[in-house]
Amino acid sequence: MKDNVKVKKFKSQTANRRIGLGVTYTMLIVGGIVWLIPLIWIFLSAFRCEYQDGTFIGRVTSNFFPNAVGFENFRLLFTSTYYGVEGAFLKWMGNTLLIAAIDCVISTLLVLSVAYCMSKLRFKLRRAFMNMSMIIGLFPGFMSMIAIYFLLKSIGLTGNPAHPEYSVIGLIFAYSAGAGLGFQVAKGFFDVIPNALVESAKLDGCSNSKIFWRIILPLSKPIIIYQALMSFTGPWMDFIFAKVIIGADNAQYWTVSVGLYSMLFGTHPDTNLFTQFAAGCVIVAIPIVSLFMFLQKYYVEGVTAGAVKG
Amino acid sequence: MGKEKKLSHDAKSTTFLEDVRNAFSTFKKRLVDGSIGTKLSHLIFGVGNLLHGQIIKGLLFLSLQAGILAIMILCPTINDTPYGWKALANLSLKNVTVGGEFDPLTGEMTIGSDCKLMILFGFVTIALIVIYFLIWNLNINSSYKADLAKRAGKKPTTFREDLRELFDGKFYVLMLTPTCIAATIFTILPTIFMISIAFTTYNQQDMNELHTNLFGWNGFQNFVSVFTGEGSLGMEINNRFLPVLGWTFIWAILATLTCYFGGIILALLINKKGLKGKKIFRTIFILTIAVPQFISLLAVRNILGEYGPINTLLLNWGWITEPIGFLGLKPGDSELLAKVMVIVINMWVGIPYTMLMTSGILMNIPTDLYEAARVDGASTTKMFFKITLPYVVFVTTPYLISSFVGNINSFNSIYLLTGGGPTYTGYQAGGTDLLVTWLYKVTIDQGSYNTGAVIGIFTFIITATITLITYRRSKAYNEEDTFQ
Repeated sequence: MKDNVKVKKFKSQTANRRIGLGVTYTMLIVGGIVWLIPLIWIFLSAFRCEYQDGTFIGRVTSNFFPNAVGFENFRLLFTSTYYGVEGAFLKWMGNTLLIAAIDCVISTLLVLSVAYCMSKLRFKLRRAFMNMSMIIGLFPGFMSMIAIYFLLKSIGLTGNPAHPEYSVIGLIFAYSAGAGLGFQVAKGFFDVIPNALVESAKLDGCSNSKIFWRIILPLSKPIIIYQALMSFTGPWMDFIFAKVIIGADNAQYWTVSVGLYSMLFGTHPDTNLFTQFAAGCVIVAIPIVSLFMFLQKYYVEGVTAGAVKG
Repeated sequence: MGKEKKLSHDAKSTTFLEDVRNAFSTFKKRLVDGSIGTKLSHLIFGVGNLLHGQIIKGLLFLSLQAGILAIMILCPTINDTPYGWKALANLSLKNVTVGGEFDPLTGEMTIGSDCKLMILFGFVTIALIVIYFLIWNLNINSSYKADLAKRAGKKPTTFREDLRELFDGKFYVLMLTPTCIAATIFTILPTIFMISIAFTTYNQQDMNELHTNLFGWNGFQNFVSVFTGEGSLGMEINNRFLPVLGWTFIWAILATLTCYFGGIILALLINKKGLKGKKIFRTIFILTIAVPQFISLLAVRNILGEYGPINTLLLNWGWITEPIGFLGLKPGDSELLAKVMVIVINMWVGIPYTMLMTSGILMNIPTDLYEAARVDGASTTKMFFKITLPYVVFVTTPYLISSFVGNINSFNSIYLLTGGGPTYTGYQAGGTDLLVTWLYKVTIDQGSYNTGAVIGIFTFIITATITLITYRRSKAYNEEDTFQ
């Protein structure tokens, strides 16, 4: 009798577990679908190729799945003249790639150097620097955005009629200049590297600079990749700062996000641009998403470090 | 962990008064005790170093002094450039040229002085003066150090040794200088500029009507108008400030909590024992983080839009007779619905992020805690509320605070989804506008920089208060070294 009860209990436990797993699967699958719907929709819209009375329809349509598919949107995207700029999309892509690459190098170097100082060196104004950077970080970024624009304009790095291309340099400054103040995640990472390592290197006569380049940096691959990923993807995602700094009437030097955003909300005469916008989104999203997927491990590590350190 | 060697601590913390007293005693000591070169260095930079034979260093100090003095005094006096002491004088915004002359070169009317540039140059000059005195102090210090070395029978350091020291003992100087310079110019200066704008009458729209670039200081008038409703945007501020502030708080609390607990639940689901395909599920949710927000949020906006698939579907099913304004994009739409929708859609944005973060933490919970609980016959729900949740909340408190502050400043979710709508006729701030999106509209769209600056300062005060109270209490701040 007793054994029988035990077996029953065991059976009900496994059954419970199975039900539990089933519920989990259902929730995750439903959740996954909900999370993917907007992305799938944009993806499908990019390939939508519908005509009505001989004219191409590019606006939002009521059907989720397109009635006809093709590459017309991509062709239009790469060959069209937007805002009076020929081949605008390719130019925007080029601008963004340039800005992102330079910003990535400068920002990562600044962040790592500040984080190392804050974590492994001790000097008089360290605490003051840390508090100061935290307080500055609490001001809404939009507040200083306008002032940065005036500042860049007064030194000719934006809104310069003779050299409109300088505004790209201005934007790089605007993105990377303050990067060093965002050292907290990297500092959290360096804090975990044992101090004994630093001390023993010092006893061996290593200078602080050598310790940084030869000991700390080789151990910091995850955080270097995380910082580089963050600063590289930043310019692809931001559309407000770029729009204000480069200026609405300087379409040739826009970044791709400003261009795409303006295709939906700009003063462009053609309202049939939604599917071309979607095609542009797919082109932008593919490299960014693959970078994230490829470097997923490092991204997760950085995010987790940021969570605990704040 | 506990036996880990500690780094030598920061210099003992001193009060402000002690700092001032120390600074004075150092000054007096160097002036009285220093050699003739050190004494002269108080007036002419680098003399002390030159007399000690540190030629390069001395010339460096001397040229820095000459350069700064040229910008400060010579250029404005001779060439009449608006820098240096003129920029300081211009800070009063009194000595202005009104303009209005015809410029034959551009074919436009000249606009005379530009007050925003006057303020900007004024602050740059103040920064330059601060830098001048920092170099002044450095130069005396370096000369006095050489004095002491000589008295001790040693040679003053050579330039090469100084350079080498920059890579070792003073490595932090080398590493922090780029950030200090860049952050001063592009972060601190602009912030101070915008704070000062809050005390002016700078309203681009009014000024455009008058064809002028002139404005003046007006003290605390802009802050007072928050309560009295005077001034160009006084009505707007008077009637919309409290609703926007209230909604910003409700939004920040709800957005933080929904994403936080949603993320923990999602992390628990994905990390459930025996679940297959963990990686696939995780990748799906990371995908939504990787796609730029302006893409995904604009997609959601269009799906829910007037002609989007959802409204059409509901219309075809006959559930509704006219499109629902989910996001309050048209003036008559429901404000409550728009508010609920942004919070729900924001969960879509925020949950995967918290999921990633808590996943790592969940794995670190000691398993013996669960085993002990299981032996005591605790149910799964009980274990969740008694072990998992307290542990995760304890570890992620700093994140909870920073994400609350982040949500107060969350621009994308509102601007891309509702654009602040539904709008109120006659006002900039719509039903779902947060302080930041309102700030953006008021400054960028409306050109009312002074009002925008006031809103920005209020936002800062709120976030700073919350952060400082919690940060000061947190272990990360108080026991920084012990936790290494």
